[in-house]
Amino acid sequence: MDTPAAASIDREALVSRLQALLPDGSVLHTDEAQRPYECDGLTLFRQLPLATVLPSTESELLAVVAVCREAGVPIVPRGAGTGLSGGATPHAQGVLLSTAKMSAILAIDPVARTARVQPGVRNLAISEAAARHGLYYAPDPSSQIACSIGGNVAENSGGVHCLKYGLTVHNVLRVRAVTIDGDVVEFGSGALDGPGLDLLAVLVGSEGMLAITTEVTVKLIPRPQVARCIMASFDDVGVAGDAVAKLIAAGIIPAGLEMMDQPATRMVEPFANAGYDLDAASILLCEADGTPEEVEEEIARMSEVLRAAGATGLRVSTSEAERLRFWAGRKNAFPAAGRVSPDYYCMDGTIPRRRLGEMLRAIQQMEAKYEMRCPNVFHAGDGNLHPLILFDANDPSSLARAEAFGVDILELCVKLGGTVTGEHGVGIEKINQMCVQFPADEREQFFGVKRAFDPHGLLNPGKCIPTLHRCAEYGRMKVHGGELPHPGLERF
Amino acid sequence: MADGLIDQVRAAAGQGRRLRIRGGGTKDWYGEQPADADAATVLDTRGHAGIVEYDPSELVVTARCGTPLADLEATLAASGQMLACEPPHFGSGATVGGCVAAGLSGPRRATAGSIRDFVLGAKLINGRGQHLSFGGRVIKNVAGYDVSRLLAGSLGILGVITEVSLKVVPAPVAETTLRFDGIAQAEAIRRLNHWAGQPLPLSASAWSGDTLHLRLSGAAAAVRSATTALGGEVLDAPSAATFWLALREQSAPFFAGDAPLWRLSVPSWTPPLLPGGHSQDAPPDMLVEWGGALRWMRSTLPAETMRAAARDAGGHATLFRRGSLSDAQASGIEAAGCFSPLDPALLRIHQRLKAEFDPAGVFNHGRLYPGL
Ligand SMILES: Cc1cc2nc3c(=O)[nH]c(=O)nc-3n(C[C@H](O)[C@H](O)[C@H](O)COP(=O)(O)OP(=O)(O)OC[C@H]3O[C@@H](n4cnc5c(N)ncnc54)[C@H](O)[C@@H]3O)c2cc1C
Repeated sequence: MDTPAAASIDREALVSRLQALLPDGSVLHTDEAQRPYECDGLTLFRQLPLATVLPSTESELLAVVAVCREAGVPIVPRGAGTGLSGGATPHAQGVLLSTAKMSAILAIDPVARTARVQPGVRNLAISEAAARHGLYYAPDPSSQIACSIGGNVAENSGGVHCLKYGLTVHNVLRVRAVTIDGDVVEFGSGALDGPGLDLLAVLVGSEGMLAITTEVTVKLIPRPQVARCIMASFDDVGVAGDAVAKLIAAGIIPAGLEMMDQPATRMVEPFANAGYDLDAASILLCEADGTPEEVEEEIARMSEVLRAAGATGLRVSTSEAERLRFWAGRKNAFPAAGRVSPDYYCMDGTIPRRRLGEMLRAIQQMEAKYEMRCPNVFHAGDGNLHPLILFDANDPSSLARAEAFGVDILELCVKLGGTVTGEHGVGIEKINQMCVQFPADEREQFFGVKRAFDPHGLLNPGKCIPTLHRCAEYGRMKVHGGELPHPGLERF
Repeated sequence: MADGLIDQVRAAAGQGRRLRIRGGGTKDWYGEQPADADAATVLDTRGHAGIVEYDPSELVVTARCGTPLADLEATLAASGQMLACEPPHFGSGATVGGCVAAGLSGPRRATAGSIRDFVLGAKLINGRGQHLSFGGRVIKNVAGYDVSRLLAGSLGILGVITEVSLKVVPAPVAETTLRFDGIAQAEAIRRLNHWAGQPLPLSASAWSGDTLHLRLSGAAAAVRSATTALGGEVLDAPSAATFWLALREQSAPFFAGDAPLWRLSVPSWTPPLLPGGHSQDAPPDMLVEWGGALRWMRSTLPAETMRAAARDAGGHATLFRRGSLSDAQASGIEAAGCFSPLDPALLRIHQRLKAEFDPAGVFNHGRLYPGL
């Protein structure tokens, strides 16, 4: 499935068929008009598609799917294009399908505590619309002002509050989607379960490879009365890592539990004025939320554990403004990286929490080996790492080193019993590392799942699951010196 | 370790035999009972038992399929942790594999999540006798399709789950059960939905016979303030524990009787269901759980009547227990199937998935739907 089934496609004929189906301005085909769609958040990979379509309704979307199916043309769905693994990178012989015009909030039901929205709705817009009922949508990726709920479903996105409130998969009740066969299918329901296999569980996180989401019903939860956040300083990253394990072992599930090392706090502070302790080797942000009494109790318990675990200083937010400042720093880590370096490469491995110290030490050694800087921010409570490798894409040597650095990190994650991606997805970026994480039989079973939903392999082909052939190639490349030839070239 | 199971699967696949996967047999009665089920060879998973890894600070436990569910729970309790969804055992021999394959969750479901929400990884023997590993032992993982969650509730039709990794949670510091008497069903449903929209530490609810029970769990201060705010009569701890256990295990008086037991899963705010022409003033006797989202009813009404009531509310109805019916009645209900029929497009995906995982149809033939 690396290469699409389609042999040769008459681009002009395809464009005119699509234009006949969609309103004016909904089919883009010039290079200039399509330029904004040539990449997602993984800007290393750029590709213009044959055409870009922006359906406004499900029936327009169905019409596009029918044309593409009949012509054997691949479809790549795209939400807001903030994905970091190239999941929405266009296909050279395919159509890019943007949900930008499907961005209506269809219903907010305060009694059922649900929101029914179109796929292009921004994550934060849901919580904003629900706010007047005292409700919100819990998963809060740092990109929440921009990313779409359709993209969240496709990536099973997480956020800084997911340790307590769950990932996208835990907060979505129903997904309505169009299959490549042209069926409109409802996965899940307004009830807490549905008959048959739990296909919703597979659809979430499927990176646009199984079906195209046209409507999502999410769970809304009551906004906690109060939230307060502790900023704990540590003079050693390993000690901070152990403190995380101690909090959890003490039976505490903080509403948020994030870690930043000193290079990260120093990178962020001038940008976000978060008030971080810049002398600390690393800081932990630990949030408690709930009723005022509950929060008092939990802040006291957390403070006690953190102190016993070796925190050199604790600061508890005394106002909502201060709490939000603590988080603003964390949530702006990626943009801050973009400010201090021409380019940055965001890794997303997850490891068992107890290996955190080990991982951090290894990353420090890699910084020396590749002569590059790598500030670290983590969803520490989840063991989900976001090392940010700073590099310069215009310098081929810098790019090559950054890529090799990233590969080292990901493969170490697998070795430590973790995974190459905790929330950003495989896309095209981590497809080679899937060969390291999964043996051939597992990968073949994944293709089986793909075929069950998309027998012709037309939805987002070549992503997420590597073919046997590709893994054999990757194995050979690793044998020959460990570095990829022509690292700047497309590899999909 | 799983070699014995793999050999049995390969042998069965090679000889064109069917297998019926079985742990403690505590849920033998659940799901379809196809006429030819007895022809299948039982694949007993209990020999493949034991906790593989458990580190309380990771909030993750990995156990083999044959591990007794009670043993797993005891191990977690010793570290002050538990399975969040409070799964039913339905008998002393319940195993971890059976618990995940049945996909059933207990009273905590509405607020904590279902068993599938806590599955992080699984190992599976597919119909080709391949032993595959999906997901992992970390809380966040989006590498590849989430096959391990798909196995929760699959009733064994995709293969033998040999091992699962589950996210676990700390046991709550404080817990209180409140009892409210003289509350009609409609009022109970209204209150439950109202409360669910507020930041209260709810962890379970049950209404039947005009009595509403509500459980609060969490930080001591939160439970205390909610208790004061909600009123009601506080149950003593042993009675409360007995009550929720009897609900989870369906040994409570409501569940007694010969008529089939229907499980109606609907949006939580759905007003009292009225299958078979009951009026709103006199709704049929039901037990309402999960903040209103789960309704149980003992009834001899035709399957289609029950299904229509759930479907009209946007949910689905399952013939959960057959009861002891006359042959004639039983055959009518049997013919309608245990689980609500699938929409044709969904059924097609089910059929293709079955063919991809178990091409020769070795496993639990017909247990979920005829032909699967
Ligand atoms: C600054 C920054 C911070 C971030 N922080 C986080 C974070 O904290 N947590 C986190 O999890 N992620 C984070 N991300 C990653 C990204 O925002 C998420 O993956 C997000 O869910 C992508 O949404 P999108 O709408 O931009 O999707 P896109 O990038 O457009 O697409 C992502 C994938 O979804 C598919 N897709 C999109 N819409 C549909 C649809 N309707 N039907 C089917 N498939 C579809 C695409 O094909 C693609 O595979 C961050 C990204 C940036 C740039």
